[in-house]
Amino acid sequence: MNLAPHEFMTGSRPLIRLHDVSKKYRSGTVALHRIRLDIGRGEFVSLLGPSGCGKSSLLRMIAGLATPTSGEIDWPTAEYDVRYQPRPKLSFVFQEPTLMPWATIFDNVFLPLRLAGIPRSAATPRIMDALSSVGLDKFAGAYPRQLSGGMKMRASIARALVTEPDLLLMDEPFAALDEITRSRLNDDLLKVFQAQKWTVIFVTHSVFESVYLSSRLLVLSSRPGRIIADLPISAAYPRDQAFRTDPAYIALCREASSALTSAMGAAVEAH
Amino acid sequence: MRPDIPLWLRVLAPCVIALGLLLLWEVLVRSLKIPKFVLPPPSLIYEALLEDLPSLLASLWVTLKVTLEAFSIASIGGVLLAILCARSRLFELCLFPYAVILQVTPVVAIAPLILIWVGVEHLERAVLILASIVAFFPILSNTILGLKSVNPDLVSMFSLYHARSWQRLILLDLPNALPYLLAGMKISGGLALIGAVVAEFVAGSGNGTGLAWRVVESANDLNIPRMFAALTLLSSLGLLIFLLMNGLSFLLLRHWHESAMRREG
Repeated sequence: MNLAPHEFMTGSRPLIRLHDVSKKYRSGTVALHRIRLDIGRGEFVSLLGPSGCGKSSLLRMIAGLATPTSGEIDWPTAEYDVRYQPRPKLSFVFQEPTLMPWATIFDNVFLPLRLAGIPRSAATPRIMDALSSVGLDKFAGAYPRQLSGGMKMRASIARALVTEPDLLLMDEPFAALDEITRSRLNDDLLKVFQAQKWTVIFVTHSVFESVYLSSRLLVLSSRPGRIIADLPISAAYPRDQAFRTDPAYIALCREASSALTSAMGAAVEAH
Repeated sequence: MRPDIPLWLRVLAPCVIALGLLLLWEVLVRSLKIPKFVLPPPSLIYEALLEDLPSLLASLWVTLKVTLEAFSIASIGGVLLAILCARSRLFELCLFPYAVILQVTPVVAIAPLILIWVGVEHLERAVLILASIVAFFPILSNTILGLKSVNPDLVSMFSLYHARSWQRLILLDLPNALPYLLAGMKISGGLALIGAVVAEFVAGSGNGTGLAWRVVESANDLNIPRMFAALTLLSSLGLLIFLLMNGLSFLLLRHWHESAMRREG
């Protein structure tokens, strides 16, 4: 493995490294064009871009749910288990809560552990921890249809937490929720993020949400998707609602918005 | 199920209608002096039922048994074949046309053939096979639909967590197919009974012991009250199967499926 120059200096290797990753759909549309990107452990990275810029495709490729047309995705620090899992532990939160309607909230959160062969009795404390970290411990026995949209999304996040993943991938998880619920879930997500020391990759098309949540913001242009801005957001965690009126926050939102605007323009210029 | 009508009324209303109709029937038959071999009054049918009760119940048991057996064969066979179809597109392409042909060919038309194949001495086997054929298709096609209509994000999630094939089948595909399977079973339960009756009509040349044969036999004797008694038992059997399937469906789906939900007013 070749090390990039900065690795000799810092001694830290990224969690994920994307080498010129491109994705071309069967229709011929180039969704992503030579994405080159390192994501370090502990970062909260938001992918912000207009619809159809391939940000969901990027997330699915990182999750191994889709394969790049060309280029490679490396996990420089992953402990390779040659037989089974050549990756760190991943969790994925979809745009919809994606719960099994026939199973209780408890059983939905149990699923990833159950698939890994962990018996129910051993899993129960971990499941209850995950549920209480999203405020759903009283709803373990409820069925998904008894819960509101926001609570279902919390259950979906609890299911992602329960495996204690190295990397959490979130694909516009709050897009279908109302503004108030969304803002509360943003705060709760940040709380869990700090407690768990995760790495998060968060796809969104909300400027405000991405600036509020992330430590690093990547703006993608559309067709073909390319990274056109890489903004560090250095405001310290914990962040709370006061951050939303902070001049630094407002300046960053302005910067992200103008990057997004030029992202739409870049789409027209692109070959 | 509409919540605005209370349970007692939902049970009572059809019963009142039934009583009223029976009464009207009795009065009309008596006052118009309709001969009992054309249309016997309910009272006479009741008498015939009581009179022949032991033998009619024995026939009921035969029909019930063959119906339940055919229903079980159709359910288990249908689900197993549906799993294979959902797993392999090639298998489905190979099997499905023949399942359709079997379904669209009238059972009466293939009955003589089945009879010849299993031999006249195994009449009950022929009836069982024919009833199973009739009941099989709705279970197969509904279950395939249910197995295939799994939420693609849930499928992605299962593969993300390295689910094995059997884990996906048991934890995802089969629970998802359950409402479809139950809808298929509701149809098939009735069809199994119809299949058993039709098969017995065709097959039973004097050897028949099921309720269908009692209908034919009573018609031959011009014992119309007994024919009505046998018919009443047949209808009750069909109704019982329907109610049992409804109950089972409600029991299994009440927590999560829209079809079994009571909506808040």
